[in-house]
Amino acid sequence: MSQREDIDYSEHFSTDTWSRFFRLAKPLKKQFVHLFIVMAWVAVFDNIAPLMTRFAIDYFIAENTKDGLVLYGIGFAVVVLMQALGTKFFLKVAGGIEVEIGHQIRDEGYRKLQSLSFSYYDKTPVGWILSRLIADTSRLAEVVAWSLVDIFWGGASIIAIMVMLLVMDWSLALLSLLIVPVLFVVAILFQRLLLKVQRDIRRENSKLTGEFNEGIMGARTTKTLHREKKNTEEFRETATRLYGYSLRAGRLSAMFLPIISLLGAVAAAVVLTVGGQRMEQGLLQLGTLYAFFIYTMRLWEPIRHIARVFRDLQSAQAAAERVMALLAEQSDLTDDPDVLARYGNKDGEGREPWPAIDGRITFDNVTFAYKSNEIILDRFNLDIKAGETIALVGDTGAGKSTIVNLLCRFYEPTKGRILIDDADYRERPLSWLYSNLGYVLQTPHLFSGTIADNIRYGKLDATDDDIERAAKLVSAHDFIMRHENGYATEVGEGGGRLSTGEKQLISFARAVIADPSFFLLDEATASIDTETEHAVQQAIETIRRGRTMIVVAHRLSTIRNADRILVIHDGRIVEEGTHDTLLEQKGRYADLYRMQFMQESYDELDFSARANQPDMGS
Amino acid sequence: MSENSEKKKTRFAWGELFAFYRGEFTRLYVSLAATLGSSAMVLLIPLVVGYLVDDVLLNQGASVLPAIFGRFFGHIGDRAYLLQNLWVFGAIILGLYALDGMFSYLNNARITRFAETGALNMRLRLFSHLQRLPFAYHKQAQTGDLVQRCTTDVDQIRRFFQMQLSEMVRCLALVVIATVMMFRLDTKMALVAIASTPILFVSSWIYFKKRRYAFRVWDEAEGVISTVLQENITGVRVVRAFDRTDFEIEKFAVHNNALNRVAKEQFRIMGDFWMASDLLAFSQLAAVIIVGAIEAIDGNISLGTLLIFISYSENLIFPLRGLARLLADAGKMQISFDRLKEILDEKPEPGDEDLLDPVLKGQVEFDRVDFAYPDDPRPVLKDVSFDIRPGQTLGILGPTGSGKSSLLQLLQRLYEPTNGSIRFDGIPATEISRESLRRQIGLILQEPFVYSRTIMENIRMPRPQASDTDVKNQAKTARLHREIQQFEDGYETMVGERGVTLSGGQKQRLTIARALIRTCPIIVFDDSLSAVDMETDREIRRAMRRSGGSITTFIVSHRISTLMHADRIIVLSEGKVAESGTHGTLLENNGLYRRVYDIQRAYLEEDA
Repeated sequence: MSQREDIDYSEHFSTDTWSRFFRLAKPLKKQFVHLFIVMAWVAVFDNIAPLMTRFAIDYFIAENTKDGLVLYGIGFAVVVLMQALGTKFFLKVAGGIEVEIGHQIRDEGYRKLQSLSFSYYDKTPVGWILSRLIADTSRLAEVVAWSLVDIFWGGASIIAIMVMLLVMDWSLALLSLLIVPVLFVVAILFQRLLLKVQRDIRRENSKLTGEFNEGIMGARTTKTLHREKKNTEEFRETATRLYGYSLRAGRLSAMFLPIISLLGAVAAAVVLTVGGQRMEQGLLQLGTLYAFFIYTMRLWEPIRHIARVFRDLQSAQAAAERVMALLAEQSDLTDDPDVLARYGNKDGEGREPWPAIDGRITFDNVTFAYKSNEIILDRFNLDIKAGETIALVGDTGAGKSTIVNLLCRFYEPTKGRILIDDADYRERPLSWLYSNLGYVLQTPHLFSGTIADNIRYGKLDATDDDIERAAKLVSAHDFIMRHENGYATEVGEGGGRLSTGEKQLISFARAVIADPSFFLLDEATASIDTETEHAVQQAIETIRRGRTMIVVAHRLSTIRNADRILVIHDGRIVEEGTHDTLLEQKGRYADLYRMQFMQESYDELDFSARANQPDMGS
Repeated sequence: MSENSEKKKTRFAWGELFAFYRGEFTRLYVSLAATLGSSAMVLLIPLVVGYLVDDVLLNQGASVLPAIFGRFFGHIGDRAYLLQNLWVFGAIILGLYALDGMFSYLNNARITRFAETGALNMRLRLFSHLQRLPFAYHKQAQTGDLVQRCTTDVDQIRRFFQMQLSEMVRCLALVVIATVMMFRLDTKMALVAIASTPILFVSSWIYFKKRRYAFRVWDEAEGVISTVLQENITGVRVVRAFDRTDFEIEKFAVHNNALNRVAKEQFRIMGDFWMASDLLAFSQLAAVIIVGAIEAIDGNISLGTLLIFISYSENLIFPLRGLARLLADAGKMQISFDRLKEILDEKPEPGDEDLLDPVLKGQVEFDRVDFAYPDDPRPVLKDVSFDIRPGQTLGILGPTGSGKSSLLQLLQRLYEPTNGSIRFDGIPATEISRESLRRQIGLILQEPFVYSRTIMENIRMPRPQASDTDVKNQAKTARLHREIQQFEDGYETMVGERGVTLSGGQKQRLTIARALIRTCPIIVFDDSLSAVDMETDREIRRAMRRSGGSITTFIVSHRISTLMHADRIIVLSEGKVAESGTHGTLLENNGLYRRVYDIQRAYLEEDA
């Protein structure tokens, strides 16, 4: 979809995105502080070894004494222990931050998804949402956590080294620290160059992935069109461009380290020369000179860490933007605050109890458009009596599903009102209507878990007896018992281990156990075997007793049994009546009916043809 | 290594892997030699410092350094001169750093080129190989998995060669050179300095194993999260209609928390390992300093020697700490290449450029053709024969699974018959190159595929030189023109994965227009008119007749109205020609065709 086109590279560092992100991460403030403390600790102990060496040289060796060596050994052991503990804690805290950021974004994103309206789901592919909350979130959490480590450690290291140098010999320290600003400037310049190439790399990489994707998905078509060579040539262009950019990036980063460490070495060489002279003059001890030398040689390392942060953040920026976009989505379907105060989100939570439902539905001059310029329903009127069964028939796109969507309040009318028992449903909370809906989809959707879990979804406090009763009511009990584990049978991801017919019966049981006032059925078009088909029919007959039922009809038998059939065309009711009266009219319904009959007969012919010739294969 | 992975290792196809790097090995050798050079430079610096301390600053005169140092510095000047000109040492160290930098640049630049060239070769080979794999392979291919292999796995291998290989060599070089050097300087100190190295090796190995397990647990926990999320999104209607959002939020929270625990456990293991190895590595450093100090006080070693030992110990700590990670990465690289090899080991369609490329007139003959899919012994077509003259239309009717699609795919040699032969203008298909057949036979598949390009480019694909007017004319023939014009960008509208989603019927008509853009003597519709309504179906056929002249047409359909005007109709059942004739003779036959006709008749009459 065009509005969801993914851009895996972004042009500029966006402070806005990151400040929004850190606002989001506010609850983790304490952990950030912890990380800062731990990283300072780690930085200090990481840089303490030269001081220990200095002490050994300037004290024990210079004085030629072993006095206090045991104490020194103990002290050193403590230092080593501190350093090791620092390592453990820093991994714990930084890892904790990574985990918590991921946890929190997923949690928040998931909650957001539960509140978003169907207009969002209709225009957003499942895969897109999944990548945001799985891949992007992990990447973001990782980059942020370890960038903080880099920045804190780098900052603390520089400060620690500076302090040690200044304390040991401030004038020599100032001389050697002259190199620090130079290092910073060079490091940042390099990172900017690298950033540019890496952006190119990411762009080409995302193109390359797209081309692989298409090359594989379209391979059969490509073959029939005889385009293999041409496609490969086009692919070669992208791959070669990527290659070129990668080599450039490789050369740049190969240059970066030598240059920056050479700059560090300049400072070390100066220290060695000047410090050596001072030592000759007796102004400096050998151990101190050695420590100075080591420290100045190490200066570039923390600077490199800090410079790297901006590059990493930028590379994760696209992920951050997409995740933030998801979290910032606004639902266009929410309860009015007054309504919520009056009735509450659950029965009994508000000032008044939820009104009981009789089952009348009225569409009062309802106009609806998914997109502002495409009107699906225009001043649509419809009255449904309590307990009536209505069948909606018509071509794809005629507006049947829209009517069901509006009735379920998955969408709300653009203009006009929908009344339930004579009251506009917008004057009731969303969950009031939802908890009174029984909804069975064209493609039945089950959740991972057991059959019992799935039926219980309709009524969370249902007992095992309730579940069995519901299953029996829709003739699902027998097939369930045929499974080895009965009600405890795992249905697999999305119910994948069950047949379509079985899934459908379970979704009926799930709806029945909820005991809804309204029953909506989007009938399956996929053919199921005759036995299950029969069971499904019986289930429908059982369910519709005493309930208002609306069927988007595909099956002839359901159509015949409806109290009223509405033929929908272009968002209008063009014919209305019972099966028999409509057939007599010889209008659109008669046509549709014949077409369906034709299709169904042909399907049966398939079966009979197969049955007639049982000598199939081996 | 465990027995299992050892076996795997012997089977690993290094030869095939290195084949992708052909012509680049000089770069690899230069790069690895540069790594050695750089390691040597790094280890030379402490020696210079040692000389400075012992022979210049302290004048202990007891240098244990190789005599070459003394001779080298002797050339520059005596002790007094050096003491007055300490900058010489600064300059030498700077020079060594510069050399180290050059080596390091050489190493990185060369190895990048090596690794990237290999990756480029792999990508190109994978892409063209995938394009050349037979139809049957792609019928069951899992796109997501294949794309993952072609991108992530190639990247894993690239990273191994670009970064980890040098690091391994560097680690090895440092350990070996430093160890040798240290033993030359002082045996006792050398033993102290490498005492914990074997332990570090062992603990790295243990960690590598343990982490692998923890990682799997993490992976699984993330998989569960994915599933819950996916089920929630795809089942959003059910969730809302049952008012179960709170329930769903709680369910997700349980798994999200579980992932949280597992991930933290992973970091705990990591923390424990790093703590242990830091404890070892830095204890060793402490031991070197303390034992070294005692030795120096006792006069067993010089101060310069002590400093050399300390520097070397510090130089070894970092590579040894990274060992566990390197082990893991080498393992991952092998797994990645094995996964690529699975693709590359699939057999592509054989090359046949030397076969005939005749100009087809459109006569097609099936002579007792049998067919079964390569990996399935059950026959799909049995003894199928027919003969179609140029410009004629053959209609095919048959239930699902009767072999209709297979029959059509044989025409383009997407599969080969197991028995019997197919002839075009009397020439056996096996003597005509696949390219020739695919260029001259327009086959419209049942499942339409559109490329991520503009509509214009999509239609033009089989004939890049087609003019815009050509494209529009074919879109008109396929009854798509008017709808295209309603798009904001018209023919320039992007479609496919990254563009506007077309409806099934629109895609179908786009593929029809795409097939018609070439003037093929033979056009084949594999039930591809079923997604368009009957009126459009009729219009398309009419338009084709008007423009086509003498195009041989194959049409699979279950609409009698689509088939009835064909010059010949065959009814397939269980892979055999059950009935064959014209509309009229088949009706008299009272067979399957007649039964389908009877069912559809009511509609036909009304339609006429």
